[in-house]
Amino acid sequence: MTLGDIGVPVVPEPSGGPDLVQLLTPEGERVEHPDYPLDISAEDVRALYRDLVLVRRLDVEATALQRQGELGIWASLLGQEAAQIGSGRALRPGDMAFPSYREHGVAWCKGVQPSELLSLYRGNDFGGWNPAERNLALYSIVIGAQTLHATGYAMGMQRDGGEDAVIAYFGDGASSQGDVNEAFVWASVFNAPVVFFCQNNQWAISEPIEKQSRIPLYQRARGFGFPGVRVDGNDVLACLAATRAALDAARTGQGPTLIEAFTYRMGAHTTSDDPTRYRLASELEIWRLRDPIERVKAYLSRSGQADASFFDSVEEEAVDLAAQVRAACVDMPDPDPLEIFSEVYAEQTPHLTAQRDGYAAYLDSFEEAQH
Amino acid sequence: MATYTLAKALNDGLRAAMDADPKVLVMGEDVGKLGGVFRVTDGLQKDFGEDRVIDTPLAESGIIGTAIGLAMRGYRPVCEIQFDGFVYPAFDQIVSQLAKMHYRSKGNVALPVTIRIPFGGGIGAVEHHSESPEAYFAHTAGLKVVACSNPADGYHMIKQAVASDDPVIFLEPKRRYWEKAEFDQSDTPQQLHQARVIRPGTDLTIAAYGPMVKVALDAATAAEEDGRQLEVIDLRSLSPLDSDTVLDSVRRTGRLVVVHEAPVTLGLGSELAARVTEQAFYSLEAPVLRVGGFDTPYPPSRLEEDFLPDLDRVLDAVDRSLAF
Ligand SMILES: Cc1ncc(C[n+]2csc(CCOP(=O)(O)OP(=O)(O)O)c2C)c(N)n1
Repeated sequence: MTLGDIGVPVVPEPSGGPDLVQLLTPEGERVEHPDYPLDISAEDVRALYRDLVLVRRLDVEATALQRQGELGIWASLLGQEAAQIGSGRALRPGDMAFPSYREHGVAWCKGVQPSELLSLYRGNDFGGWNPAERNLALYSIVIGAQTLHATGYAMGMQRDGGEDAVIAYFGDGASSQGDVNEAFVWASVFNAPVVFFCQNNQWAISEPIEKQSRIPLYQRARGFGFPGVRVDGNDVLACLAATRAALDAARTGQGPTLIEAFTYRMGAHTTSDDPTRYRLASELEIWRLRDPIERVKAYLSRSGQADASFFDSVEEEAVDLAAQVRAACVDMPDPDPLEIFSEVYAEQTPHLTAQRDGYAAYLDSFEEAQH
Repeated sequence: MATYTLAKALNDGLRAAMDADPKVLVMGEDVGKLGGVFRVTDGLQKDFGEDRVIDTPLAESGIIGTAIGLAMRGYRPVCEIQFDGFVYPAFDQIVSQLAKMHYRSKGNVALPVTIRIPFGGGIGAVEHHSESPEAYFAHTAGLKVVACSNPADGYHMIKQAVASDDPVIFLEPKRRYWEKAEFDQSDTPQQLHQARVIRPGTDLTIAAYGPMVKVALDAATAAEEDGRQLEVIDLRSLSPLDSDTVLDSVRRTGRLVVVHEAPVTLGLGSELAARVTEQAFYSLEAPVLRVGGFDTPYPPSRLEEDFLPDLDRVLDAVDRSLAF
């Protein structure tokens, strides 16, 4: 007996299934979807292309920096650029985003600087940006925890009034966590203005999606009482349109939406991971043909919306960015050991002050011994 | 002056905090219509509405996790965990998220979240209803942990906890909820993180908190009949721990007995014993003694009287200390 025999829909093959929302085919052909019309200028498509290329370059450079010992670890977004840029560019400045740990493209859209981003993976701090300034919460390492924070934040927005919304990013593995399911319950019963953006990259480290869900993830939303949609996560236009629609629904009091961006993690889980132990190279080949950048490039050139000089100029920018990322990383000063003691509390305790002073004196004693 | 139970004093304190700041929210299981299983939030939803007194789904991680988000948005959530044994599903949100956000964000994110936990035993409940989880939280940097022991402190300390910009684990001795005392709400409160000498004495110091404060006071009264003057300290704050007040006292009395319900191993008593040994060694006439729960799970309720420190076990420790 197969799962299909007992009425459980089998997780679809890489095509994403019949419900997949697509506005740009893997061949770079523009198609329409009745529920997601997208009126977008050539200039805006070129801007999206530029974003895609630049965040991939940032990611490649960071991976190299890890290999050279400059970063402790790196979680690559390779293959997920369209999901992140499409959704990230759907955000308005007032919208608050709650990332997991792989959302470098979203951070890019929120104006986080390379040094602010890399300081986490270099081990200098836990993320160098101010969440309130960037409207991007710090990265969350505990799987799924941020989805509840996002929901609570959205409940706050709801009470405050206004036109802003929240987006929460998480993975297919995270969808199994209690926190994520609790976030769905909360968002639903409180009608919170939050969009759940699940990047289903098919793998949670070594565990395939089949170990997380027996139904397509977007269908879960229905059980919690709100709409779910599956978009082609390698199609930047579809991600933009679907996220925009979901955010607009949230803004106008229609509550949460689950977006499942159907995509693929083309690299390793992190630089510490070895995907050859659990996945077939042939799978990767299938997804290479769906590359999120190539299809935009094909569309832009075939439709005459960009020429070689445009692609060259983006490439030049990418080279500059790589140099900038590298410099930002290697020039980053080491943190002061006494930072260990700072900001444990909003109202510092005398006990901790004493511990800090004690350690400072201990460190000083080495300096004195050298004189 | 008026007479209050601890539950009523806490209720008034919450009410005052909500009146003073429209950003204060109360959230938890059954806190609305029911007023909480101990009625600490009685009537709050009726007076402040369902938007400020939120009956949540039955999911503790959800309660704390969403409170974190609300706090990031400028709210001051006061979460109720229905019973101590049910805080563990939220443990990750508390120790990995709530406690660390201020530090991780270099001070950019403050999380003024208060987590009220009815704690401790002595009410004959079924399992998971009589735990003493304070050491887990006191061990976690970034959290502040306090325990009230009487109505006056209940009233003032909950207001101070809610007003604090740090996350506060607010422990309420559930077996003292119905005990009464007189106090004046307009009195100036003591600072939240200070211990207090609640009975002066010269022969020995007893330090206790929460439900054990009454036991310590009873022990001092009983010892007085034998001509012994015991000083009793209510620690009130477990993190930060005001050991100065304890050290001052021990320098005068030369002896310390610490009393708590939680298992003694790696409990608050261990920390106090270590600090007193480190900082007042030459004042000590006897080793610091600890009276606490055994290092066992909390037993079935018929055995809880054996598990919990009582008057006799405290007096026994007093005798052993004085015999040195
Ligand atoms: C609560 C928790 N459990 C386990 C881990 C270890 N871990 C880190 S990433 C990961 C897989 C996550 O997969 P998914 O949610 O699909 O996100 P992806 O990494 O694929 O983007 C695991 C198990 C963790 N960080 N947090």
